[in-house]
Amino acid sequence: MAKKEEISAYKRVQIARHKDRPKVNDYVEALFDDFVELCGDRLARDDKSILGGIASFHGIPVTVIGHRKGKNLEENVKYNFGMASPEGYRKALRLMEQAEKFNRPIITFIDTPGAYPGMEAEENGQSIAIATNIAKMSGLKTPIISVVTGEGSSGGALAIGVSDKIIMLENAIYAVLSPEGFASILWKDSKRVKEACEVMNITADSLYKFGIIDGVVREEESITTKDGFEKMIRELDSLLIKEITSLNQKDKESLVNSRYEKYRHIEGERAPVLNIGEASKWTD
Amino acid sequence: MNVFSNKRKVLLAYRKQRTKNKMLSMTGRRLKFVSDAGTFKEILGNFKFNNPLDFPEYDEKLNENYDSTGVNDAALVGIGKIKGIDFVGVELNKRFLMGSMGTVVGEKVTRACELAKEKKLPLIIFCASGGARMQEGMFSLMQMAKTSAAIESFKNSGGLYISILTHPTTGGVSASFATLGDIILAEPNALIGFAGPRVIEQTIKQKLPEGFQRSEFQLEHGMVDKIVPLDEMKEQLYKLLKLHGYKEI
Repeated sequence: MAKKEEISAYKRVQIARHKDRPKVNDYVEALFDDFVELCGDRLARDDKSILGGIASFHGIPVTVIGHRKGKNLEENVKYNFGMASPEGYRKALRLMEQAEKFNRPIITFIDTPGAYPGMEAEENGQSIAIATNIAKMSGLKTPIISVVTGEGSSGGALAIGVSDKIIMLENAIYAVLSPEGFASILWKDSKRVKEACEVMNITADSLYKFGIIDGVVREEESITTKDGFEKMIRELDSLLIKEITSLNQKDKESLVNSRYEKYRHIEGERAPVLNIGEASKWTD
Repeated sequence: MNVFSNKRKVLLAYRKQRTKNKMLSMTGRRLKFVSDAGTFKEILGNFKFNNPLDFPEYDEKLNENYDSTGVNDAALVGIGKIKGIDFVGVELNKRFLMGSMGTVVGEKVTRACELAKEKKLPLIIFCASGGARMQEGMFSLMQMAKTSAAIESFKNSGGLYISILTHPTTGGVSASFATLGDIILAEPNALIGFAGPRVIEQTIKQKLPEGFQRSEFQLEHGMVDKIVPLDEMKEQLYKLLKLHGYKEI
């Protein structure tokens, strides 16, 4: 264990992004039976960078949604490197609302460098698509669990990540923005990536410590190997079934209320100044 | 020699104060502008920044911003009247760290929603932001979820939320509460979008056409309801509030 502690955040970013790291279809295959893919947002097109469908999880029907990345260039071009467009987020929302209707728990798999920053995505309302997903997920009357399997970045990750429980794999990362983007915004120097990784607090263990996420699944061996993957999946599987069983026992109202409260209290520590600041003077 | 250096110090302090006063007079200027004279009262002004991740140089940055703007963070919340109709208002201040949303902005927007819900008042937010506050990392990202949940809960209670997008509204703010308005207005020629133009240009490796992501573009693409210049804003808001059954008190 002591040896593992030494893996730097920068190293974990590379592990999280590695092309051989398992992708959403590997998880679907390993965890579920009878998966049926469902396509399209019913408005414009089917965005392949988001995979959606229904499946059976230990006999329980669930809705599965995840960012889709490829393992080679050809696949990645098809899936746009896991960067979704508004159509992808709208497809996700359609499937999540369907899950609510049929009382199916939702499991989402997060692995994206962020929402696609392209012209068409902007024209079709990238902001509004993300905002709508975030807002609607906060009130969905069905259990939602998110698993960050690779890299989770920015609003593009959160758009399928507002959940009752957030689980991260040990070497996954979850960040407000990619370390490259972060360094370029904050220091106007995208080369300071290593430094950014260290100060951003993006690893599973540090986010668990801050109470941002609810659980970490260990990667005892590299999950790019068959054995390592199976070992990790066994742990993830038992954690998921435990969480779904306990969330399914809650009535819908208290489920939604506790989800609201969970996000309501992510506030860090605030220090109120005792005397009302000079800011309010102009009201006089 | 001492006389001169003292004089210089006094002069510098005077200049600093003058800039601060000027900045303070501009804080919440839109809310002041649309409110009936003397009716707007700030609340939660004492919420102060913190550094949840112990991010290096962040405290200094916040103090610098406090010194130059005179405010504790980038959001101002209060209650005012528009031609006699009470409303809860929020205005983001782009002079404070680009109006970015960290835990304080998230908390203030959330409290504004909860207050509007409790008092059954309409909610009006003037948005201007570069996005999530980088220095607060995932805490900032989660404010998107927190504020959106609060807006959703307020809207579901029957309340009217009017969002007004001003220059610029991008990133984590445009992808959360800013674009969730029952009605979305925009000031003319404001930059509104998720990704900034520079990032898009780097991605597609070509220059963006003139007017891309501006208010007029967003109107054409169906993302905003109406473009309203600030000097017509009060009249417009009054009309909308009245049409939703809110009454003068």
